Amino acid sequence: MLLQQIINGLTLGSVYALIALGYTMVYGILELINFAHGEIYMIGAYLGIILLAFFTSVGLTAVSLPLTLLLVVVLAALICSAYGFTVEKLAYKPLRNASRLSPLISAIGVSIFLQNYVMLTQGATDKVFPSLFGSGGFRFLSTRVSYLQAAIIVVSGVMMVSLQAFVMKTKTGKAMRAVAQDKTMASLLGINVDKVISITFVVGSGLASVAGVMVAAYYGLVNYFIGYIAGIKAFTAAVLGGIGSIPGAMFGGILLGLVESLGASYISSEYKDAYAFVVLIGILLVRPGGLFGKAPEEKI
Amino acid sequence: MHLLKVKGLSKHFGGIRALEDVSFGVKDGAIQSVIGPNGAGKTTLFNCLTGFLRPTKGSIVFREAEITGMPADRISRRGISRTFQNIRLFRDMSVIENVVVAQHPMIRSGLLQAVLRLSGFVREEREVREKAFEYLEFLGIETLAEKSAGSLAYGLQRKIEIARAMATGAPLILLDEPTAGMNPQETEEMMTIIRNLRNIGKTIILIEHDMKVVMGISDRIVVIDHGVKIAEGVAREIRNDPLVIEAYLGKELH
Amino acid sequence: MRPIGGKAERFTKPLIASAWFSLLFLPFRGPEAAGVLFVVLAVSIPLLGAVSDRVKKTGPLRQGLENIGLKSRRFAPLLFAPLLVVPLAAGNYWIDVAVLAGIYIILALGLNVVVGYAGLLNLGFAAFYAIGAYSYALLNTMLGLGFWTALPLAVGITTLAGLLLAFPALRLRGDYLAIVTLGFGEIVRLVLNNWDSLTKGPNGISGIDAPTFFGASLASLPAYYYLVLFFVVVTVFVMRRVVTSKIGRAWIAIREDEIASSAMGISTMRYKLYACAFGAFWAGIAGCLFAAKMRFVSPESFTFMESVMMLCMVIIGGAGSVAGVILGALLLVFLPELLREAQLYRMLAVGCGLVFIMVFRPQGLFGRKNASPES
Ligand SMILES: Nc1ncnc2c1ncn2[C@@H]1O[C@H](COP(=O)(O)OP(=O)(O)O)[C@@H](O)[C@H]1O
Ligand SMILES: [Mg+2]
Repeated sequence: MLLQQIINGLTLGSVYALIALGYTMVYGILELINFAHGEIYMIGAYLGIILLAFFTSVGLTAVSLPLTLLLVVVLAALICSAYGFTVEKLAYKPLRNASRLSPLISAIGVSIFLQNYVMLTQGATDKVFPSLFGSGGFRFLSTRVSYLQAAIIVVSGVMMVSLQAFVMKTKTGKAMRAVAQDKTMASLLGINVDKVISITFVVGSGLASVAGVMVAAYYGLVNYFIGYIAGIKAFTAAVLGGIGSIPGAMFGGILLGLVESLGASYISSEYKDAYAFVVLIGILLVRPGGLFGKAPEEKI
Repeated sequence: MHLLKVKGLSKHFGGIRALEDVSFGVKDGAIQSVIGPNGAGKTTLFNCLTGFLRPTKGSIVFREAEITGMPADRISRRGISRTFQNIRLFRDMSVIENVVVAQHPMIRSGLLQAVLRLSGFVREEREVREKAFEYLEFLGIETLAEKSAGSLAYGLQRKIEIARAMATGAPLILLDEPTAGMNPQETEEMMTIIRNLRNIGKTIILIEHDMKVVMGISDRIVVIDHGVKIAEGVAREIRNDPLVIEAYLGKELH
Repeated sequence: MRPIGGKAERFTKPLIASAWFSLLFLPFRGPEAAGVLFVVLAVSIPLLGAVSDRVKKTGPLRQGLENIGLKSRRFAPLLFAPLLVVPLAAGNYWIDVAVLAGIYIILALGLNVVVGYAGLLNLGFAAFYAIGAYSYALLNTMLGLGFWTALPLAVGITTLAGLLLAFPALRLRGDYLAIVTLGFGEIVRLVLNNWDSLTKGPNGISGIDAPTFFGASLASLPAYYYLVLFFVVVTVFVMRRVVTSKIGRAWIAIREDEIASSAMGISTMRYKLYACAFGAFWAGIAGCLFAAKMRFVSPESFTFMESVMMLCMVIIGGAGSVAGVILGALLLVFLPELLREAQLYRMLAVGCGLVFIMVFRPQGLFGRKNASPES
């Protein structure tokens, strides 16, 4: 029972973590709570269903399921990245020098727009992700883990490690860190700040879309409003870990998934959505900068 | 009589000893300068005196009362006011509003008086504005009263900061590099302003890099290097102090 | 997106943009719809570019009004007179919308104190609205208290809630504060939704009494309109006077520079607490008015989206400007109603509108680049 809940929590948490990364990266660079990010995740989930249906209709699924799934994930990530890129250019870039609240409202506008855009084009009813994986699974210690759960945990893990490597090791990653630290300084050093911001949105959106496709497959159902609650939770996860910190977002996401899954089964499932916030408020009261972040201190 | 007495003041940031066992006193009505190379700990000293940093050790006594570790707003209400090295005006407010805000603690009318606009409220608001205007006149910037503070030139912004510090009514005013970035003519003007401040009864502690200013107007000078007080005295003594000369080797004093 | 450079670019740029958007649209509605979108965009993007250039060149709304000789002071009574005859001239539907608009004006003005003046981002303001509404609902249905007795109690409870949340939350800075207020909003909603024995859970509380006035019931829509109008006028009156007093100046000072404020002797913690309590106070009034109007409350009315809408009203109009916030509230209540014909597309339009207003007028419709502490 406990182990089962931990596995469930890890699965959920990996998804939160993948979405939280997008929030934390954008926040680290623009200090913007990108409200539309949850919607990008939702679009990813829809694309998973749409693309899979398309490949099934042309007969590719029958030829090779793994290849099809790979194609679905990659294509969904590409399209979501394009969405993220476009949103940044249209709704945030013109507001680079405005007060902090203006881009936030713009982000809320994008979020409302995208939700309704998907509702209008795809309908207000639930969309079903075909069950392709049956109920296959394996025993792990004393509990059962479905292949899908294992896949979600492994894929998320790999993506998080790759992202960390990308940010720490590559030239682009270093540029991202430089921009996050000081935009003016970075541009003086010859870094193309606009390009770095675009890359941040592209990468973050890609990660969110992978999370979306995996969640669609895991729960089997998607709706146009799933992005909103997942977005709030993921942002909470990012803050929990210390916003701006990539390992913080991963840790915060997984912690949140565990808290929710354990709280729902051991305390009360009615308050499932509240645990995240209770833990968040508790942690921030003790550590005002989140678990991994430093409390901001202004030099006088 | 000493208006301010600093005894054994230390401030450490982790391993950095920004201030170490600094003691000195400031006489009522004096212009006391604090000098020292960049990073010596001068601004940190101001931050401790004004409650923005809690000293690691030591005591600060102002008007015979212990104020060590008090929060900044209380210290300001007790009568120590300051300007900032990196100007901190309310940029989107008008110049006069900046000076009006500084009189905040002196205004008695609260919520009820404000909502009902009782005669006391109206009179107080008028007085506060008139006083603000007088402070601007003292600094010769009354014509800029309605301009937005953030839009003005650097030198003017420094003057607004001084007007604001005066407006708190504090007898002790701490000026953190008031002539930084000024041309010689503006610097000359600033020296006059500081002297005038003293002439109306204010006590001044001045952090200053320009040695002409320091030697010209200070009653006493404290020299800090690497957080430690290395000398104290009148201008002539400081100029000939071997430790000071060494700390400033190759700089203005040479 | 604005055409700069050569003639050729002026044609290719909109085409490329149209192709790009159509491609993004393709998976959602298939190739035909994408083709139609391409044609529509290819025509409308150049038009849009021209319009946006015009919009950018116009000054703030406030200046526009001043230019035609309407100083805000003289302007206010002029605006007020027609408000008195609304119930005579309009049908029930629009009176209903106007009542709702009035409630949102009070809410938005309350939130404006917190966000616009004190600069504390609150993403869970609906929680206070909910506490006000439920307090009145419970005091009325369980203890049988009338509107005028229950109102001060309910508002007191809401104000206290504002203070209680503020105490711990104000230790946090910027967006950490925002997310904690968001969490608080969600927690309040979930508690209302699940505390069945007290709140009747998702079913909500019904049978709430309408206010009376010297024995006469104010249940009819026109009567209620005047009640709400009265409260709106009181709110605006009090608000303008508070924000131009030392309290309002302290809030603005804290928003602009907290450190400089404390150097001026302002107890920043204390004034932030005032702002939170004062904001919650108005939310409490709005909540009571809402509960007494609907005669029914349920958790559905107090979602995160509700908080977001209040925030949008504040920012769209121009945070820190009383007149602007009123305009923002009116816009966000009436615009979706005017778009009612296009039921399906109206939220799409609202989303677009928010982005548009922010992109072309980041300081809000009424706000100025340099907001000074006037109302
Ligand atoms: N808030 C702080 N945190 C850590 N180190 C600080 C802080 N403030 C000042 N310091 C350090 O203390 C030393 C003295 O700084 P400061 O007082 O600003 O020097 P000065 O004003 O004499 O140029 C410097 O080494 C500086 O880096
Ligand atoms: Mg300094």
